[in-house]
Amino acid sequence: MEKALEKKMGLATRDAYGQALAELGRVNSKIIVLDGDLSASTKTNLFAKEFPDRFFNVGVAEANLVGLAGGLAQAGKIPFISSFACFMVCRAYDQLRMAVAVPHANVKVVTSHGGISVGEDGASQQSIEDVALMVSMPGFIVAVPSDEHCTRALVKQAVEIKGPVYIRTGRPKAPLVHEATTSFSFGKGILLRKGKDVTLVANGLMVFEALWAAEELEKSGLSASVIDMHTVKPLDEDLLIAQAEATGAVVTAEEHQVWGGLGAAVASALGRKCPVPQELVGIQDTYAESGKPEELLEKYGLTGQRIAEAARRAIQRKR
Amino acid sequence: MIAVVMELPAVALEIRKEVIRMLAQSGSGHPGGSLSAVEITTCLYFHALRHDPKNPQWEDRDRFVLSKGHGVPVVYAAMAIAGYFPKELLGTLRKLGSPLQGHPDTRFMPALEACTGSLGQGLSIATGIALATQMDKKDRWVYALISDSENEEGQTWEAAGFAGFHRLDRLIAILDYNKFQLDGAIKDIQDLEPLRAKWESFRWNVQEVDGHSIPELKAALDKAKQVKGQPHMIIAHTVKGKGVSFMENNNYFHGVAPTQEEMQAALKELDGDPSLSNAMVAAGKIKKGGK
Repeated sequence: MEKALEKKMGLATRDAYGQALAELGRVNSKIIVLDGDLSASTKTNLFAKEFPDRFFNVGVAEANLVGLAGGLAQAGKIPFISSFACFMVCRAYDQLRMAVAVPHANVKVVTSHGGISVGEDGASQQSIEDVALMVSMPGFIVAVPSDEHCTRALVKQAVEIKGPVYIRTGRPKAPLVHEATTSFSFGKGILLRKGKDVTLVANGLMVFEALWAAEELEKSGLSASVIDMHTVKPLDEDLLIAQAEATGAVVTAEEHQVWGGLGAAVASALGRKCPVPQELVGIQDTYAESGKPEELLEKYGLTGQRIAEAARRAIQRKR
Repeated sequence: MIAVVMELPAVALEIRKEVIRMLAQSGSGHPGGSLSAVEITTCLYFHALRHDPKNPQWEDRDRFVLSKGHGVPVVYAAMAIAGYFPKELLGTLRKLGSPLQGHPDTRFMPALEACTGSLGQGLSIATGIALATQMDKKDRWVYALISDSENEEGQTWEAAGFAGFHRLDRLIAILDYNKFQLDGAIKDIQDLEPLRAKWESFRWNVQEVDGHSIPELKAALDKAKQVKGQPHMIIAHTVKGKGVSFMENNNYFHGVAPTQEEMQAALKELDGDPSLSNAMVAAGKIKKGGK
């Protein structure tokens, strides 16, 4: 019996990014930050304030932003580049491909406003495709951190990696699901709860929802493993398969299209190594709309309740 | 700059011949935009660039980004003659396992500095290198060769605006204005004029030269370095397919390699004897494209 889940709000993951970036700036003079006129939203403004000589607002020009980063990396700098997820990835995808992915440039792409919890701004600002697009680009590490601790750790670790990294942060405050002392590593999922009947695999805001679902399931005598799979690529297949084997059913939950994101990556691994029933919680091939973040998450099925329902379906499908 | 025993016109002639040979051997590639850039590339590799072919990753080297990636054969030819790799390697262009990829790919040849081939991106990358150069106060020049049709790409103007605003005077771009793009004449597809005024309005120091005049190109490259506080644009007026009569302004050769017979005629013409070229034209053997 786990201790009762408490919803303690932490910083938005974008705020944690801004803070970590400024901290990195103090110890690494090679870090240059580029933003496309959204620094107050992506939180690179914290770095900009402290290191104005190493910060460039390139204006609303995402294609050039990414090309500049490729050139800076070529000249030995470590560029961190930020914009909203949809503008950085969808708008400048070819530039990310040619200036970063193909040459395996040392560029760190950290976006904000991932998912539909952007809220009132509506579909144009809500990125639901970025993870799918980024995992398909060879050589990129792709991560969706769940809370401020996870974000800080991954942002700092990104500097230690020589090569392209994509980290997606979000707009609203994120519930804490980890301890400040937890250690994180790209490609290593975190087993937050161990159960027997089903494994819930989530990232971003959905990690807290998965923990909520696990408690809900417990009320009816079902026990669930919960994995924070913050890194979608490379996927921690060892942890996933071990839990899939132990529980015999899997549910994935992500604030993203079900096509091409975490659920698809997990399905691919299960299909190859451990075919058990899987249910996918995510955006069901549609664009969302304006509304309060919590209203949107409810309407588009991204809640602990829906994860618990999916878990029951997955468990029923076991042979 | 590296020591050369040949005079630049002789180097240019050699590069032109190597371009014809390697494209004929590969059986595919883009002759027109390589031949228009022969003198530009010659002046870059044998006059302007401070580089060391034996130590291509020398940190303080000047940087050259070929934004018009389909023109890479002319760069390979110049690099081979400069001593980056043996000339025999030119025969492997576009073949499996060759470092001479169809478009610039730094995974196979880091000295190319950037991966290009998706048009309109190279100027941004060069601008990024120039920005790092300015931040570090390095004594380094950053060159970019862009095509005329890349002026149709929005990103080119994003980079132009950034470089102009940030006064990146270590950036020297050369525009190979050969007046054609794949589907035809630029003036018919989307006329770029007034091109000089456009670049000037983005705060660039602009010069216009005959892109086949080595003295004019050398003078412009030298003169650019004297102007402070602005990035530099050298609009080089060129002829697509320059040097081979049946390829000049014949847009069929934008993206079609010469046959063995065409190669023989072209090489002979480059040595001063146009008889084979003339005979092929008279016999109606040369395909035509563009306007």
